Amino acid sequence: MALLEVQDLHTRFRTDDGIVKAVSGVSFELDRGKTLGVVGESGSGKSVTFLTVMGLVDRKSAEVEGSVRYDGEELINASGSRLQDIRGRRIGMIFQDPMTSLNPVKKIGWQLEEAVLLHNDVSRDEARRRAIQALQEVEIPRAETRVDDYPHQFSGGMRQRVMIAMALINQPELIIADEPTTALDVTTQAQILRLMKKLQDDHGAAIVMITHDLGVVAELADDVLVMYGGRVVEEAKVDDLFAQPQMPYTWGLLGSLPRLEQVSARLEQIPGQPPSLLHPPRGCAFNPRCAYVFDKCRAELPGLDPAPDKAGHRYRCHLDDAERERIWAAKKAALTGVEGSAA
Amino acid sequence: MSELLVVEDLQKYFPVTRGLVFQKEIAQVKAVDGVSFTLEAGETLGVVGESGCGKSTMARCVARLLEPTGGKIIFDGHDITHLGRTQMRPIRRDMMMVFQDPYASLNARKRVGEIVAEPLDVHGIGTDKDRKRRVQELLEIVGLNPEHYNRFPHEFSGGQRQRIGIARALAINPKLIICDEPVSALDVSVQAQILNLLKDLQRDFDLTYIFIAHDLNVVRHVSDRVMVMYLGKPVETGTKEELYLEPKHPYSGALLSAVPIADPTLGRARKQIVLTGDVPSPINPPAACRFHPRCPRFVDGKCNVDEPELTPVAGAKDHAFACHFPLERWPMGEDEIRRTPSLAGSVD
Repeated sequence: MALLEVQDLHTRFRTDDGIVKAVSGVSFELDRGKTLGVVGESGSGKSVTFLTVMGLVDRKSAEVEGSVRYDGEELINASGSRLQDIRGRRIGMIFQDPMTSLNPVKKIGWQLEEAVLLHNDVSRDEARRRAIQALQEVEIPRAETRVDDYPHQFSGGMRQRVMIAMALINQPELIIADEPTTALDVTTQAQILRLMKKLQDDHGAAIVMITHDLGVVAELADDVLVMYGGRVVEEAKVDDLFAQPQMPYTWGLLGSLPRLEQVSARLEQIPGQPPSLLHPPRGCAFNPRCAYVFDKCRAELPGLDPAPDKAGHRYRCHLDDAERERIWAAKKAALTGVEGSAA
Repeated sequence: MSELLVVEDLQKYFPVTRGLVFQKEIAQVKAVDGVSFTLEAGETLGVVGESGCGKSTMARCVARLLEPTGGKIIFDGHDITHLGRTQMRPIRRDMMMVFQDPYASLNARKRVGEIVAEPLDVHGIGTDKDRKRRVQELLEIVGLNPEHYNRFPHEFSGGQRQRIGIARALAINPKLIICDEPVSALDVSVQAQILNLLKDLQRDFDLTYIFIAHDLNVVRHVSDRVMVMYLGKPVETGTKEELYLEPKHPYSGALLSAVPIADPTLGRARKQIVLTGDVPSPINPPAACRFHPRCPRFVDGKCNVDEPELTPVAGAKDHAFACHFPLERWPMGEDEIRRTPSLAGSVD
């Protein structure tokens, strides 16, 4: 049984301007010890999907439908106290901005101890011991003294390590990381990614990595969901996604990425802006920005169909297979051709 | 081509003071400590390095938003190192900045038209009617709808706001635009739009850029020449090809190998130098080579005793590095990474 099973999840926010369909029918599974990469632009619904999974959307303003099963237990409509028990103990969370997620007037140690004491019946001393151990595990030098420092005494990368320590302190089976390295330097990012991989190997936790950086996904993920306009538009094993992407939006994402290993004169750009989730376009949400759009795309939402001969690779697109293959072959040649001449 | 900007041995020290009434200087932060470069008209210089390496301070000195402590800045033939406010004013027409955060760098209470027209107002260019026409033209150039003249910044997305910032920078036809992390806050697809726009504008208006970023992919994409900075000093400079295909300094190597590769097969195959810790404090930088506590190729008795000078690579056009034990091959082999980095470089 998968650790996390999400079925047909919908999240709608009621606002003064109307109903925002932030998540519309997202389904996926995640096994223990695996990493799921979730890619998409701002406003694609990737963060809201996982806030909903954790029961962190405000149910006063949001309607939630569908099913989220964590280790067999249904979390949608579970009680607040039950969710609180699961969050922090069995699901750890890492957010993007460590400065706003840490309490600036409390010592690091106090904040880590709080996470321990909330979920375990242990003494303060034991909690402190675990806090120091957690800091050591995320490779913070002189953890015994730094545990008494305040967040402002740490650099950005160190704060993000503290966030990871906090997420891991109760040894959760699932870690949900929302853009954990976006605000960091490349060198620090490499440290954090390596650390997450190591901790996963040591503890066997499953990771959800929410990011807009396809590079990070390629480094860390086993499976990938590409999200657009509140829906999954492509899902695949990481190698399949990069070798044989099927959906024009994924092509656009890959093409718009400046890469070290290629020197093209111009980046391919996806024209326009992400869709408004208040008034999503009819048919395929990507159709106003898609270069291969035709009438059917504007009328009918494509289903999440399996790709030929690749298990688990599914995508939403009306283009027929031959056409798609032709377009991707041409794009790939353009990408790799330049790569070859640069090497 | 002619030299638009010459920077010689630029220094910027910030005092660290103690005491409320009688402030006593107890130390100095050497944010920029000996940066020299020459920028030809129409060229793009990329500046990379981790946070805290002094790249933004350097740019702010060049734009004379900060008063340099030492060195020389010659812009378009004028020595502007110590010019006062009024003397700088005519020169500022030729030099503009685009900032990182498109949310913070636009006045939320002004309309887009006023924001873009502000440089025209400041320099007293044109009548109201001329200005309006110019602003609409600028909005069109940067790919915005000229009708949006009367909107407020909050009505635009991040990418569109960055376009407004660029339109403002273009308003008075500057020669040099200093871009300080202009795309760091944007999504990749929007980032691509802005990078393409900057390139088009350079071609159409003959612009010269100083482009600061921590993303090496982005820097490679836009730059002709690249400078890698570490703790206020350049550690390697070169043309884009020299630096990316044959990096010599281990720090450049570390930065390059830290970039996630958007290809799982390539990503698994390469060797990485993973630096530990953060950039040390510039108040009390490490002796000799400032990179030595984090360097994978550190040799005791040499690197911590003798400071390497920026030396040119024999036979190369523009390539220079400051290291006693430069990388011999690229991509690196396992033997190139001689020792595992210690935690010695982490901050206190």
